[in-house]
Amino acid sequence: MAEAAVKQTPTDAMIATLDMPQGGWSDAARRDALARVQAMGLPGRRDEYWKYTRPDTLVQAQAVPAALRDGDDTVLFDAVDRLKIVFVDGVFDANASDDLTLEGITIERLADATSDLHWGRDLYGVLENNGQNPVPRPLAALNTAFAADGVLIHVTGKPSKPVNIIYRRTSTTADAMLHHCIKLDAGAELTLLENGPVAARFNGVLEVEVADKAAFHHVRAQGRDHEQRAATHIFARLGTESTFKSFTLTANGVMTRNDCVIELTGDDAAAHVAGACVGDGRDFHHDDTVFITHDAVNCESRQVFKKVLRNGATGVFQGKILVKEGAQKTDGYQISQSLLLDDDSQFLAKPELEIYADDVACSHGSTSGAIDEDALFYLRSRGVPHSTATDLLTLAFLAEAVLEVEDEDLREEVTGRLASWLERHAA
Amino acid sequence: MLSIKGLKVKLEDEDKQILKGVDLEIEAGKVHAIMGPNGSGKSTLSYVLSGKDGYEVTGGEASLEGVDLLDMEPEERAAAGLFLAFQYPVEIPGVGNMTFLRTAVNAQRKARGEEEMTAAEFLKVVRARAKELKIDADMLKRPVNVGFSGGEKKRNEILQMAMLEPKMCILDETDSGLDVDAMKLVAEGVNALRTEGRGFLVITHYQRLLDHIKPDVVHIMADGRIIKTGGPELALEVENNGYADILAEVA
Ligand SMILES: Nc1ncnc2c1ncn2[C@@H]1O[C@H](COP(=O)(O)OP(=O)(O)OP(=O)(O)O)[C@@H](O)[C@H]1O
Ligand SMILES: [Mg+2]
Repeated sequence: MAEAAVKQTPTDAMIATLDMPQGGWSDAARRDALARVQAMGLPGRRDEYWKYTRPDTLVQAQAVPAALRDGDDTVLFDAVDRLKIVFVDGVFDANASDDLTLEGITIERLADATSDLHWGRDLYGVLENNGQNPVPRPLAALNTAFAADGVLIHVTGKPSKPVNIIYRRTSTTADAMLHHCIKLDAGAELTLLENGPVAARFNGVLEVEVADKAAFHHVRAQGRDHEQRAATHIFARLGTESTFKSFTLTANGVMTRNDCVIELTGDDAAAHVAGACVGDGRDFHHDDTVFITHDAVNCESRQVFKKVLRNGATGVFQGKILVKEGAQKTDGYQISQSLLLDDDSQFLAKPELEIYADDVACSHGSTSGAIDEDALFYLRSRGVPHSTATDLLTLAFLAEAVLEVEDEDLREEVTGRLASWLERHAA
Repeated sequence: MLSIKGLKVKLEDEDKQILKGVDLEIEAGKVHAIMGPNGSGKSTLSYVLSGKDGYEVTGGEASLEGVDLLDMEPEERAAAGLFLAFQYPVEIPGVGNMTFLRTAVNAQRKARGEEEMTAAEFLKVVRARAKELKIDADMLKRPVNVGFSGGEKKRNEILQMAMLEPKMCILDETDSGLDVDAMKLVAEGVNALRTEGRGFLVITHYQRLLDHIKPDVVHIMADGRIIKTGGPELALEVENNGYADILAEVA
């Protein structure tokens, strides 16, 4: 009780700064979510789930301003034929966006979807709420309660091109909260791309319902923004024989916490979550927190997270595979590795397995280490300069995560971005 | 070509002297062989010449065509024309063999102020050289040395040598792990590169390789020194009688 009382203060302070959108189909979900946040309290330093990452700047009432420093990186996905949805400082920009009509898909702005009988009612805040157990994620509930903008995407078929949510930032103080919901009907397919700097502080939630035999591919780039602070949550629920694949590239930013919560509820489904992260400097802190629940037979899950850290950067990985009773023939794989380019950088990992079925194959591994000196000498002895050799080995280290991006062109873009980052941040 | 004078080397982290004064002159166009008991310092000599960390030169000098090698970074030595075929080639997961080769070839060209090879040009040359060494396309695509058999790794070393066209080639037990046919392939690869302007230092334990790559000079190394130098017949003597007689002779 005393603990909750102590935590109540910052939560109330935060809530006092926010306006809850009123009315419409999401009203009940928002009120429920607000009650959840008030009951849980925003994360504090003593929370088990925030042991390695200080939530202070994410939960304080005012966002820390972040300088605009654009122009030192190429923009990703420019060459891809896609449908663009643009948010500027966390607000949908219709003029900058494409026409939102595309065969096989319906796209609406969250703020515009006001009818009482919207499909969003069965998804908005629902997966987030499911994901609060056994681990509370108050920032996600806060988002459900207060997010004023975002997109609702209903995928009924196989649209001819990917949807690209593009973020742009013009303000040094924007504090953005966005909530996207994606519903894939049985057999539907969607590739979602996300990139660009969102805001000085970003609280993002993405809820994805993947029905039977549907497939969702997600490639996200967090970067081109040196001082951003972000807490993002992905909640996904998978039906029978469905596929969910999400890859995140993170470069720069000062504080990033990416939660991913996946429930495999139909047999023979596959969920892959991967991340490649490169961080430079004492201010850089990146946290991947993943929770995958197997609640069906013969499902596969893969977590592949690689981080390259230098000059005192910090990386965190908390990953859990929960195999429920009856989830037989589960194939669970989890690997989290960091390449520490100096002694000042650190990697903190907490891999967990919790298994209540007897016929499962689960493996997990976590390592952190330096560049392989023998490989480095071998390359140099062939005439490859020290910095080029280091970059080659670093990209090789990241490759297992990048390979999780299925599309070859997208994969090349991601690799190119990583290579140019490494070049700019040469030792 | 390669000139080594009184080279003394100890381990950086340990008080252990490995090379105790090595003298060696390898002229352009010549093949020198070094034989010697296990642990006598042959690989150490090749590593120190190519610039590996962990060793400290405590005396002497080494130069390539009159240029001091010991002050240079490993990549500078390579660009200057030095090549070492490793006794134990290193596996590099995640770096494709082709990418590796092309990066190396072009990095050296760039360092020497030469024009870089285009992708097409490179592909043509590498395919031809690989074919001569019976290295198939699949091996070129795979990550450097990963999952290669012992013999495949050695052939891959020779492929790199053929692509880089160094002036001074050091081969550290390139014959170990090779079957009879592969040994011939490797020897042919080396012989094809034998030209007026190029020097070779072949480290081996066996006469067999020297049947195919005929050396001009044979040295015996023991306990960090060259203790005897002779013609090809010296290798035959070692093959027949081992090192006991030679060691006794100089003791
Ligand atoms: N990095 C090192 N750490 C410890 N000992 C070393 C190191 N490098 C070389 N040595 C030692 O130096 C000596 C010479 O080793 P080296 O590998 O040069 O021998 P070699 O003549 O190549 O032997 P072989 O015929 O078995 O290949 C050995 O006693 C070896 O154990
Ligand atoms: Mg040796």
